[in-house]
Amino acid sequence: MRPVSIIGIGCTKFGERWDSSLRDLIAETGIMAIEDAGVSGEEIDALYVGNMSAGRFVEQEHIGALIADCAGLSRLHIPSTRVEAACASGGLALRQAMLSVASGYQDIVIAAGVEKMTDVSSGAAADALAAAADREWECFLGATFPALYAMMARLHMRRYGTTQEELAEVAVKNHRHGSMNPLAQYRMEVTVDDVLSSPMVADPLHILDCSPITDGAAAVVLAPAERARRYAEVPIRIIGSAQASDTLALHDRRDLTTLDATVHAARKAYDQAGIAPSEIDLAEVHDCFTIAEILAIEDLGFFEKGAGGSAIEDGLTSLDGPLPINTSGGLKACGHPVGATGIKQAYEIVLQLRGEAGSRQVDDAEIGLAHNVGGSGGTAIVHILSR
Amino acid sequence: MMTMKTRAPRFWRCIPQRYNLIGTHCAACDEYYFPPRNICPNCRRDARIEEYKFKGTGTVITHTTIYSATEDFERQTPYNLAIIELDEGPRLTGQVVAPPGEVKIGMHVRPVFRILGKEGERGIIYYGTKFIPVEG
Ligand SMILES: [Zn+2]
Repeated sequence: MRPVSIIGIGCTKFGERWDSSLRDLIAETGIMAIEDAGVSGEEIDALYVGNMSAGRFVEQEHIGALIADCAGLSRLHIPSTRVEAACASGGLALRQAMLSVASGYQDIVIAAGVEKMTDVSSGAAADALAAAADREWECFLGATFPALYAMMARLHMRRYGTTQEELAEVAVKNHRHGSMNPLAQYRMEVTVDDVLSSPMVADPLHILDCSPITDGAAAVVLAPAERARRYAEVPIRIIGSAQASDTLALHDRRDLTTLDATVHAARKAYDQAGIAPSEIDLAEVHDCFTIAEILAIEDLGFFEKGAGGSAIEDGLTSLDGPLPINTSGGLKACGHPVGATGIKQAYEIVLQLRGEAGSRQVDDAEIGLAHNVGGSGGTAIVHILSR
Repeated sequence: MMTMKTRAPRFWRCIPQRYNLIGTHCAACDEYYFPPRNICPNCRRDARIEEYKFKGTGTVITHTTIYSATEDFERQTPYNLAIIELDEGPRLTGQVVAPPGEVKIGMHVRPVFRILGKEGERGIIYYGTKFIPVEG
């Protein structure tokens, strides 16, 4: 396996993009990433695109060929593959692209992610998202996604004394970070009181504990590290990439307050990179719900199990803290177009490592981590990037 | 709705399990499975699988009250959902029929046969197992 670098990035504005179709979003982000890398169409060997549910959201499948077509590459007949792992589809696209370059089989490969979610009603969107859970033995019984994470939150609160205020602090922090990100869906800040007084969705999670329904797309361009300097002034190396799976249904897991898939993927990625969790300078983690960020920073080895809530309340994961988490605003404030999220996380880390993150720039960032989860933890994907 | 065409048969296929909590038991390693497994992950080729009807009594491991649901369940809100550990060992997800706020971690529950849901306005009603608190 040979080392792989990211040489170009692109990301659309996230939000309710009523004026833009799935195709518009793909074209917008594809062009940005290709121009940023400075590659020509003829050089591109393959495309991978993460997309969870275009069939449900816009009644369009065959997204692989569609993205090549929309990116203006149809006459080059480039192989284009859609991958799906629910909300981790983007992370999976990045990993498949990385494997293809690392193997030596292909050189210049694009990893993209896209989801157009606001063409259907919010009820229909919730039902499409619920397909990431176990339809037969969770959803048929009335489970929703917020409900599954609410049940993890309830047990975490019982076992470790985590409070609703600590959960709310995740939203407060991520909205503050999002207010500094021009691509974020939400630019407004919120307070703990705002979160706690917002309508209850699934006790103890309020609506402001949940990530929103979002349209958006993102793309990155990969190349063999030895050739990366030809294209990029500051190529970013992928020094760790790992994926792990677990039971689809939450109730079958070993422990309801740990995502074992995250633990396993993280351990493998740290091993590949040859680093300890303490060497990470910043991370984008999968905060589909506020409790998910607390679980993530514990399962990734940044904090002891049970200490995630107080770490956030103490400001340890804020932009000016020792380990900034979700500088983009996370899924919570930047938005969560499910198939695009994993690629947007890589986009944010690359931006930070290049020193191009503007008012939310983390000083001297050398190593960053991206953590993407599918469903309630059936899939986890971890990437570690380095300057 | 497109879901109406596909859901009912998928639901009916598992009626014995859903109505009566029928699972399996591996006599080789004494592990219980719900939903039923016909391959025991512990024993694989050496498994001795038999059908087993669960008592249905169990303990609430964790729970929530749902105020905002998917379209098929919106009319039932608020309702309680829990992860329940059956006395024989397996865990499952199910509704607990009780006023919001009365479900607690560690609470003992027993099964009741109830309407689970309805698809759309004139949709098919389907039945299954819910749980209620056991007194004392
Ligand atoms: Zn066995």
